[in-house]
Amino acid sequence: MLLEVREVTKSFPGVLALRGVDLTLGRGEVLAVLGENGAGKSTLMKILAGVQAADEGTFFLEGKTVRIDSVRAAMAVGIALIHQELNLAENLEIAANIFLGRELRRFGLLDDETMREEAAKYLAMVGLEVDAAMEVGMLPIGKQQLVEIAKALSVDAQVLIMDEPTSSLSQTEAEQLFVVIKDLVSRGVSIIYISHRLSEIGQIADRVMVLRDGENAGELMGAEINHQAMVQLMVGRDLDRFYQRSQHALGEVRMEVHGLRTAAYPDHETSFQLAAGEVVGVAGLVGAGRSEILEALFGVVPALGGEVWINGQLVRISSPQEAIAAGLALVPEDRKTQGAILDMSILENISLASLRRDARGGAFLNLEAENELAQEGIKNLSISTPGVEQYVRYLSGGNQQKVVLAKWLVMKPQVLLLDEPTRGIDVGAKEEIYGLIEALAQQGMAILFVSSELEEVMGLSDRVLVMHEGAFSGELGGDECTEERIMSLATGDATILETTKA
Amino acid sequence: MKKILGILLTLVVLFGLTAALGDGFLGAYNQEKLLERTALFGILGIGVAFVIITGGIDLSIGSVVCLVGCGLPWLLVKQEWSPAFALAVVVLVSASIGLIHGLLITKLKLQPFVVTLCGLLVYRGITRGFTEDQSQGFEGGFGSLRQVVTEKIPVMGGFGIPWTWVILVLVAVVAGIFLNKTIYGRYLRALGSNEEAARFSGINTDRMVILSYVVCSLLAGLGGVLFVMDVGSAQPSDFGNFYELYAIAAAVLGGCSLRGGQGTVVGVVIGAAVMQVLKNMINLVTWIPTHIEFAVVGAVILVAVVADELVKRTVATRRARKSS
Repeated sequence: MLLEVREVTKSFPGVLALRGVDLTLGRGEVLAVLGENGAGKSTLMKILAGVQAADEGTFFLEGKTVRIDSVRAAMAVGIALIHQELNLAENLEIAANIFLGRELRRFGLLDDETMREEAAKYLAMVGLEVDAAMEVGMLPIGKQQLVEIAKALSVDAQVLIMDEPTSSLSQTEAEQLFVVIKDLVSRGVSIIYISHRLSEIGQIADRVMVLRDGENAGELMGAEINHQAMVQLMVGRDLDRFYQRSQHALGEVRMEVHGLRTAAYPDHETSFQLAAGEVVGVAGLVGAGRSEILEALFGVVPALGGEVWINGQLVRISSPQEAIAAGLALVPEDRKTQGAILDMSILENISLASLRRDARGGAFLNLEAENELAQEGIKNLSISTPGVEQYVRYLSGGNQQKVVLAKWLVMKPQVLLLDEPTRGIDVGAKEEIYGLIEALAQQGMAILFVSSELEEVMGLSDRVLVMHEGAFSGELGGDECTEERIMSLATGDATILETTKA
Repeated sequence: MKKILGILLTLVVLFGLTAALGDGFLGAYNQEKLLERTALFGILGIGVAFVIITGGIDLSIGSVVCLVGCGLPWLLVKQEWSPAFALAVVVLVSASIGLIHGLLITKLKLQPFVVTLCGLLVYRGITRGFTEDQSQGFEGGFGSLRQVVTEKIPVMGGFGIPWTWVILVLVAVVAGIFLNKTIYGRYLRALGSNEEAARFSGINTDRMVILSYVVCSLLAGLGGVLFVMDVGSAQPSDFGNFYELYAIAAAVLGGCSLRGGQGTVVGVVIGAAVMQVLKNMINLVTWIPTHIEFAVVGAVILVAVVADELVKRTVATRRARKSS
């Protein structure tokens, strides 16, 4: 056993975050740590990486007791944490990032040349073929992640803790990461892997350890690792149907889009229709231009060309105000920077879009209406909070996302646009949001959503549109919709195009 | 109320200290002057608070005060314009300055610091140019116009409330209603907290930002008019020097966060009062050397901001604890 952790307990004021948690990790093993938000995963990882100190607990490395009470101590025993939000200085070159804080010097001055040579070795280990003198900011996110890993390797890390490494990667980038992980494992590096994406855990984990409410909830080995079993351990109850999709009775056409062009791919046009009560998923790789379509429809970044018809009427949308007036709503991709205002209350967030509609005399706040909307939102979306005055910052990710949804639902939109609606939220909240999407469709709302989680796209959609480089490469419905088909359309692999209609 | 408690307490303590240590602090004349100065800087502070709430900054306030303060007597005396016309032009110029700042910041995405820093230099330079760096004054005329500022509402024992204070109260009430009771006030706070999320919620953020700079420059212009009417003449090279910093300090003391999204009008007025009492204290308390004024003012602001930050952290921990 490379690393063994016994009876770790950690409390924060008012909460017992971890109680007597055990963890073992073999050499060259990939251990996935699962749990809903708040289950204690992050705390455990921070303790292992020395970012926070445990109240109680013992740590053994190769059978010997070690103390991990600082990041330096963790690094000394070979444990490195790769954060979900990458910690790279984007304005510095790759080599400078890898040697940040322990720069190589010659005559007291920076020895860039040697650092670049050294860095190149570690870059080769993670299969990254770029010049070490390149600025990190120039690299796509997936490659920046590899730089982080190279950095960890350069301090001779034995245990790499990866916190949601694929949350901002495309499928291809994720696949590349998995190849790197397998290679590292074959060299004897051990990986602790945290992810909300259950499908990839089945793909790369040797063993799964599940935390629930700060305690060990169980383990799965090899063939036991499947979606159902993981979800069951995480939520502690049987979710026999995660996606409760029923047959939707489609109404008349709600939205028709002709020849839409966005700045991301000015030469490509997209056209599609959306009926009342229909849920259409948009799949594709990151960078395929999916979010850009939603942003163009919502007027955030006005389209370069094309026509949008809502309920048979041509509408002109060059700003979110016009989009809202036309009956559209957008739940954006990034909850914290685009969706919610973290330092405002739930009430102020929920009423933000409808303030003008409900204003008295066109300008004065209508506090009763606001309060009513907020209470309604909290009730209908079961947002768990002590009250409407709570700042959104202090809510869990799932509840934050529900606040953003509530903001739009009070506007009673005709068409709901969702961009990665469940990114980074726990399984329980995901399930609730899926249920909500289903219920809204039943009520006749037209829903267009972008998601990088294939399972989600397949599970929720009546129809799936697949994007490749700014254009729809195919449309899949019902039984045609398989992971393989979506991926081959998304990657532009034409072999199965003939079986589908563009 | 909770948000302004700290600064209110500071004001009371400073007031008490100065009353105890300084000679003639409580005299009618001194109190009138104190109210008047608080009113003038309060008006500038309320203006800059609008900008600070959006997450911006305006460094050009002092130069706008100078432009208007020298420009008004120059138009009246040197150009012999009618008061109504001269005042209208002055208001228009102030508003245009804010509009230009707002347009540069929103449409060209320039940084507020840079735009208004250039403003600071340009408006003072222009003023020194058209006045040929000569002091501009009313030369004993326009008494009835200046009465608005120099007259007082008698209360008792020779103490009267200066009209400038009444003007401040009017400005504060209107600004307070705008910020707290209208949807636009909410929009300003929302975009100051998170501009992108505000835009994604259908708020015309550009328009709101421009509005805040127009309000700021307009109030700076109003301040300039009142200042020059009060003093009687203005020297282009130093009239209004550092006033933007006093205004910003008042706003920050009053609870505005330079990160945007926060601020109350009452807080800003109290902040302006704290600055004036502090200045008064340095002048009246004999053993404090007058020349260290800036050091004292700077230190007090720093202490206030540090205290505020510490309180905020405690509140945040408590809130987080409550929700988990």
